[in-house]
Amino acid sequence: MKLPKLTFWRLVFAAVCVGGLAATWVRVTGGLGASTNLTNDFPWGLWIGFDMLCGVGLAAGGFTITATVYLLNLERFRPIVRPTVLTAFLGYLLAIFGLLFDLGRPFVIWHPLVMRNPNSVMFEVAICVMLYTTVLALEFAPAVLERFHLVRVVRIIKMVSVPLVLLGVILSTLHQSSLGSLFLIVPHRLHPLWYTPLLPAFFYISAIAAGLAMVIFESFLSYRAFRKQIEMHLLREIARVLVVVLAVYLVLRFEDLGVRHVTSLLWQAGPEAAFFWMEVLLGGFIPLGLLAMPRVRASSGGLFLSAVLVVLGFVTNRLNVSFTGLQASAATPYFPKWPEIAITLFLVALGFAIFSLAVKYLPIYTPVHGPIQSETEKKEEVAVAA
Amino acid sequence: MKGLLIDVTKCIGCNACREACRETNGLPDVAGDTLQAGVYTVVQQKAEQNVRRVCMHCLDPTCVSVCPVGAFQKNAFGGITYEESRCIGCRYCMLACPFSTPTYEWSSLWPKVSKCNFCPSRLSEGKPTACAEACPTGATLFGERDELIAEAQKRLAENPGTYVNHVYGLTEVGGTSVLYLSPVAFDKIGLRTDLPQGPLPILTFQVLSKIPQAVGLGMTLLGGIWWITNRRDEVAAAEGKEPGTRNAERAKKEKQS
Repeated sequence: MKLPKLTFWRLVFAAVCVGGLAATWVRVTGGLGASTNLTNDFPWGLWIGFDMLCGVGLAAGGFTITATVYLLNLERFRPIVRPTVLTAFLGYLLAIFGLLFDLGRPFVIWHPLVMRNPNSVMFEVAICVMLYTTVLALEFAPAVLERFHLVRVVRIIKMVSVPLVLLGVILSTLHQSSLGSLFLIVPHRLHPLWYTPLLPAFFYISAIAAGLAMVIFESFLSYRAFRKQIEMHLLREIARVLVVVLAVYLVLRFEDLGVRHVTSLLWQAGPEAAFFWMEVLLGGFIPLGLLAMPRVRASSGGLFLSAVLVVLGFVTNRLNVSFTGLQASAATPYFPKWPEIAITLFLVALGFAIFSLAVKYLPIYTPVHGPIQSETEKKEEVAVAA
Repeated sequence: MKGLLIDVTKCIGCNACREACRETNGLPDVAGDTLQAGVYTVVQQKAEQNVRRVCMHCLDPTCVSVCPVGAFQKNAFGGITYEESRCIGCRYCMLACPFSTPTYEWSSLWPKVSKCNFCPSRLSEGKPTACAEACPTGATLFGERDELIAEAQKRLAENPGTYVNHVYGLTEVGGTSVLYLSPVAFDKIGLRTDLPQGPLPILTFQVLSKIPQAVGLGMTLLGGIWWITNRRDEVAAAEGKEPGTRNAERAKKEKQS
């Protein structure tokens, strides 16, 4: 058997896997007490704040790009549908996988299906995430089916693609915003820089921004890793939309602070104000300023940097809502224990690994040519290649 | 609707309530004066007072509202019970509880949430809660919530200067079944005074209740958008062009520019 070539990233991947497996062992044998720094005072940690809130949020490109192509009928974006749907599908699968570590009783994760409490935001999120993951599986299925030449099944799925996309947009809108609604019930805990009745709207808009940034981010990584052609003209268009989404978000965010009369908190000493500024500068103002410049939008490096900033700012926001904003109300400060960090890194590494395997073995960037390809798609390719 | 009236001035810190609770509920003997797994009630020393802590049994309970699987229920006596077999361990109840009373068995591999259950079997036999029965000084009184409120207000009126002039639990988060009277400010003895006066579940309910309408509206709007954009391609097709070419041509132009 030929051993795979040892590269830096493979070494990193192997190390992260070893760490992840060790942490899994600690979680499985010692419970949440041994594997986390969670307390009665601070019951949600990194596995919710990052794995769930960020994992699902960063996967929001799935519904925006499919809606662009299938509902708005902007056919030119079709080449990026598959990689985006793949990213989204992986994001959800990994978030659910991460949830198995976080839940005290992971084997009964299915309980919300049969024990329903419609008054619970968590119940709504659970149902929507489950349904939307199914939608993503169906949206991604043609890539796998084409690989094995199951033409007839692909045809059936393509027949329902528009209703599927429509359902996907509705479900995404519901649960992306509901991840914010989860915190509506803790006005007594969450710092006023983040607690607002507009939490669901902010979570929704920022997820759209982060999802679009991920499309740019993953296009460049694929280019670096697999020399896939970058659809620069598409990414430039996405960058423009991103500018608008970020601008709308920032205006709404600061208007909201004004309406709630808490702008004075922005200048108060302490971690809250510092992290707030980090979040809005990193993920908002700086990338907004960069992407507003045509020179930056024209350069692949500029686009990539801006996208990375949006993603980092987004992650900071979710961690601010789930950590920074809650610290003051807890008697004991929380910082994740090593297994929490190891599992999180493990999930991220798995995401990258599965993505590259999928690109290697499935028609992600190069649809299989055959009877299943529609006339439109062929025309598109010709147009793009020209 | 039953309740408890805890008069902090009468509590001598003997822990008889905690001991009775432990026996009645078959709980382990755990050291420390914080609420934790297997400890449903404690007596804490705060601001030179003996302050008993226990689930407040809210009138509109946050835990009941947030639990995705309905593991918490409010019974006819007003007590909130926890059904272990439903629980998935998401700990949303712990995050959301305004009084931070639910605790978790962190070291267990099949953990459950731990909190006072308001002695449902004793109450259905017509008995008071174990803690109230055990209290030697009457610092914890059991009774109808209305009568307890009347009693508390009588004490406030008859002993001016002894108490802070407020019955804690009367209005906090919409009211609780456990009420407190205190000689010192409530936030000094660990009872938050910055809680909303209205029930917390309304905050999420007013968003969740709009979902059905939002779905109907969203479906119609998106379906409409699809119908319009698709129509453009149909028109293009009727004019002798292939569907999608409109966009493809534009993409081509953009590439050239």
